[in-house]
Amino acid sequence: MMSYSSVFIATLKRDLNLALRQRVDVINPLFFYVLVIILFPIGIGPEPNLLQRIAPGVIWVAALLATLLGVEKLFKEDYLDGTLEQLILSPAPLPVVVLAKIAAHWCISGLPIILISPLLAAFLNINQSGLMAVILSLLIATPLLSIIAAIGAALTVGLQKGGVLISLLVLPLNIPILIFATSAVDTAIAGYAYSGQLALLGAMLVVALILGPFAVSASLRVSVS
Amino acid sequence: MLSCRQFINSESIVLPPTSASEFVADALTCVRQDRCLFERLSFALNRGEILQIEGPNGAGKSSLLRILAGFLHADQGDLYWQQQLVAQVQYEFLDNLLFIGHKAGVNPHLSALENVHFWLKLHENNNTTDVFELLGRLGLVGLEDIPVSQLSAGQQRKVALARLWLTSARLWILDEPFTAIDKKGVSGLQKRFAQHLDNGGMIILTTHQDLTQHFDSLQRVRLEYQF
Repeated sequence: MMSYSSVFIATLKRDLNLALRQRVDVINPLFFYVLVIILFPIGIGPEPNLLQRIAPGVIWVAALLATLLGVEKLFKEDYLDGTLEQLILSPAPLPVVVLAKIAAHWCISGLPIILISPLLAAFLNINQSGLMAVILSLLIATPLLSIIAAIGAALTVGLQKGGVLISLLVLPLNIPILIFATSAVDTAIAGYAYSGQLALLGAMLVVALILGPFAVSASLRVSVS
Repeated sequence: MLSCRQFINSESIVLPPTSASEFVADALTCVRQDRCLFERLSFALNRGEILQIEGPNGAGKSSLLRILAGFLHADQGDLYWQQQLVAQVQYEFLDNLLFIGHKAGVNPHLSALENVHFWLKLHENNNTTDVFELLGRLGLVGLEDIPVSQLSAGQQRKVALARLWLTSARLWILDEPFTAIDKKGVSGLQKRFAQHLDNGGMIILTTHQDLTQHFDSLQRVRLEYQF
């Protein structure tokens, strides 16, 4: 029997290695995220209370769009050079390989966003408890965004220009995440307990982690045939 | 279902499926874009046999190979591996299958070594062959650790074909393996084919070039382009 962990680690290493060789892919989503959040205070004006009021929405919309930015490439390259065929034909279970690829995508797009958030929270006048909620909600929900985006990417991998279609497919599914995540940050800024919203996001993440890789695998099989 | 004419050249050897064969295709029919590529195509492959699929461009050779490998579903017909439906023994079948299509499955940003090592990891292959030495033998000396995109087309193809020396799969399905390969490489490949057949392996391949080496067990299936 295959050892799942060695397949997972090999795929993760390969994809991170590839990302390091094409650094633009790593920089782009992060750059987009930072730019959007810096431009908001400039555009709206330095009104601390107003900024604090809109901060959760701005941070989360920017994070959501930034994750979508690089996702088209998630399976595209492998599809074009034939690696996807080899992945499907290998005795290694496809959902494990897919999960590793999603994990790599999260390390490239989600993790940098989380790491830079404390700095950006200061720009938007988010207080201490709000910052904690921003980081926790991003930590729970960015993997969720990556999994859902991967389903869209897998469905459209065989198309010439699938980018717009991915957004159309994926954005409606992301709306519940947006609602609960911004609500968590809002509540935290107001100084109340926000564990309920985080628990809901966590529940969604668990469901997505279990079912997502299978959905992606099935979509990939359809796309290759 | 479209009706379509019998296409198989009467001269080609098409064995009826025998139950004892390792790999059997039974009455495969494929219709693509309202065009019937082939109808009721059957063949059987035993250990040590090689099957060459011939035909003009667009006759459906690659489609046939993709059906055999399981990417496409035939509109009709079944595939059997060791007398069992392939769908029922998926894991054993995949474990014994090596498919190299015309997209080679080699990432251009990774080096030859990295590509081969990743492939080995995916297949949990405990082969102790020295990959570095193998790539050297294939004519890639000194090119083992530069990105594959900087190699020539033939050299890139060789990186993919290196799998033939590493795999433990019994059934090889190869789509135009000789494309862009030099003469020396082609004869090396055919030597490897002969070795594989002697070890009880099976090969299904398409090629426009004639096999220069003589294989006793060679069968041919000819697909005709039809409207």
